Amino acid sequence: MLSIDILLNAIVTGILLGSVYASLALGLGITFGILHIPNIAHPTLVVAGAFFVYTLAQWGLDPIVAAVIGLVPFYLLGVVLYAFYSAVFERKGGANVLQSLTLFFGLSLVIEILLSLGFGSELKSVSVSYIGSSLKLGVLTVPYRLLIPALLAPVTIAAVWFYLSRTNSGTAIRAVAHEERALSIAGLNPASVKRHAFGIATATAVIAGAALIMVGPIEPFAGRYQIGRVFAIVVLAGMGSIPGSLVIAIIIGIAEALVSSYLNPSWSPGVAFAILLLGLALRPQGLFGAAR
Amino acid sequence: MKTRRQFHKLMAVTAAGLAAPAILGSKVFAQDKPIRVGASVSLTGPLASTKNGQIGYELWRDDVNAAGGLLGRKVELVIYDDQSSAANVPAIYSKLVDVDACDVLFSPYGANLSAPVMPFIKQRDLFMIGMFGLAGNDVAKHDKFFHSGPWGPNSGRDWARGFFDLAKAQGVKKIAIINADLEFSKNAAKGGAEVAKEYGMEIVFNQSYPPNTSDFSSMIRNINAGDPEAIFIASYPADSTAIIRGVKEIGISDKVKLFGGAMIGPQYGALLGSLGPELNGLVNSHTFVPEPTMQTPAIKSFFDRYTPIAVKQGVDPLGFYIPPFYYVAGQLAAAAITGSKSVDPAKMAAFLHANSVDTIAGKIAFNEIGDWKERRVLMVQLRGIKGNDLEQFRNPGHQVILDPPSLKTGDLAGPYNKARAS
Repeated sequence: MLSIDILLNAIVTGILLGSVYASLALGLGITFGILHIPNIAHPTLVVAGAFFVYTLAQWGLDPIVAAVIGLVPFYLLGVVLYAFYSAVFERKGGANVLQSLTLFFGLSLVIEILLSLGFGSELKSVSVSYIGSSLKLGVLTVPYRLLIPALLAPVTIAAVWFYLSRTNSGTAIRAVAHEERALSIAGLNPASVKRHAFGIATATAVIAGAALIMVGPIEPFAGRYQIGRVFAIVVLAGMGSIPGSLVIAIIIGIAEALVSSYLNPSWSPGVAFAILLLGLALRPQGLFGAAR
Repeated sequence: MKTRRQFHKLMAVTAAGLAAPAILGSKVFAQDKPIRVGASVSLTGPLASTKNGQIGYELWRDDVNAAGGLLGRKVELVIYDDQSSAANVPAIYSKLVDVDACDVLFSPYGANLSAPVMPFIKQRDLFMIGMFGLAGNDVAKHDKFFHSGPWGPNSGRDWARGFFDLAKAQGVKKIAIINADLEFSKNAAKGGAEVAKEYGMEIVFNQSYPPNTSDFSSMIRNINAGDPEAIFIASYPADSTAIIRGVKEIGISDKVKLFGGAMIGPQYGALLGSLGPELNGLVNSHTFVPEPTMQTPAIKSFFDRYTPIAVKQGVDPLGFYIPPFYYVAGQLAAAAITGSKSVDPAKMAAFLHANSVDTIAGKIAFNEIGDWKERRVLMVQLRGIKGNDLEQFRNPGHQVILDPPSLKTGDLAGPYNKARAS
């Protein structure tokens, strides 16, 4: 069954899926990759973002427009979450990884329960005219259900990377991860910088949520299935490498699609971790991370 | 003297203490105690969409208690949330038996969650009604286990035979099978493959996929490459949606006459409402649909009471698939208790093995391992669906029964692409 059209379609599907994965991983790339805060609640925040989009979509708004509207409230949510995290741990002498994991695990459960109480446990999806139809390009059939959310990732990643690398406050975010004390000497408040960064990371969750609910229906516990994959992307890209995470996510997406097409779809969940293990064996700092 | 008096008091207290269990356990005291029915329900977690079954339990309890209870005793439900996790199930059932002293047990929902409790039930020789666990007792073969679901005998292999009977009648020679990597779906696909071979069909594609797969375009292309005339799918709600949408996006061969079979999801209001017309043409399993051959005053009364509660609780307002059979579970337990005049597991089981029971889902008789003697899984074709209004599904004609013949309300409309476009 090695026909060229199946191969090409698998590669294109993999690129699109990978791009969606990159959206899911973007916020974690900031909190974990740059701030070194193991926010395992991020996939659940993405699901919360998807429910936000779902709610506005019920009023006739396009999911992408709904996501843009959600940026500010989710930014503020992130600011509040970090303020709580900082008050509980950082001001009392620094949080160890286990404490942070426990906090975010608990937060994840709380969000899931709140979503479950608020929206019920049934699957929720959005109805948009472009979901269900495809773009035909020769032998390629590209579902808009994947294409539109896939286009969100490069745009969002480019915007975040531009902000982090070309603006003063973005530079401060990258600096706070490396030398918090130097930032204080320069007259900046590290906690304030981190709070802002956490807000940005959480705001990206609503964009990823829009992508997620366009790809397929969601339920309050859907974040659990994404945790492993998004951590693999962030770690393998190299901590803090935001553009790198897009490349890694696409590699994982293509690998999963090829495994699904030519071997067995049941093996595809292991692909991300197989690539992670192989990648870390070759480059422990991640494929795009700087050697330390 | 003082010592002797103290000794007598001590002896009296000791004797009373030793006699207490016998006195408290006597018939007089037992009749004052409620009959306790224990169950776990997935109130949270990925299977929480099945929690509307609890309304069925509660309606049954209310009906029984309003009629004076069982053996003169009220019925009390003891329900815990298993959080959709099989890991929680053994501890919950140990508590239901050893701490809560339940007289009757209902299993968790489905094969995945029921499997961990079966060794415990068998070892302790307990009475249990199984809730939607396909082939749930085929391994343990416990003689005090009874299915509330209509899977029928040899269910692991035969429960979806209706789909293959329809395919055979259409002259299908090549079939594709796909399934989620989960207990129920694997059993369904394995059984389906055996029946397909029995009917002389060539299986041109047979593959499983991991749960929560969101894109099936690769798999649909591979299925098309195999050129099948029927596609049997054993999936869960999220993947069912992705498959239906994938077919719309990628397209499927005009040769396909039947599509569906064992897809979980299109039975629920959430998917019926969200997919709407995209479901037209699908031939899929069900347990109850409001077609003329299934409507009885008893089932109508059940749904008249179920719907307002479901709306208030924010669960599936249709509730065709699961809730009636949770009520049926209660009716089976009630019949076993009143029929045997006992809550003794052996006597209750003996009664159900020897007698058929009238329920809101019809008359049920059991074989030696608690399967319904007669398979009554429906194969329905969804058709004539317009828009996303859920109310249309309460009317006949949208979920036409193709199989079993005794309940049939229409013939297969096909091929699939034509039925889809209708």
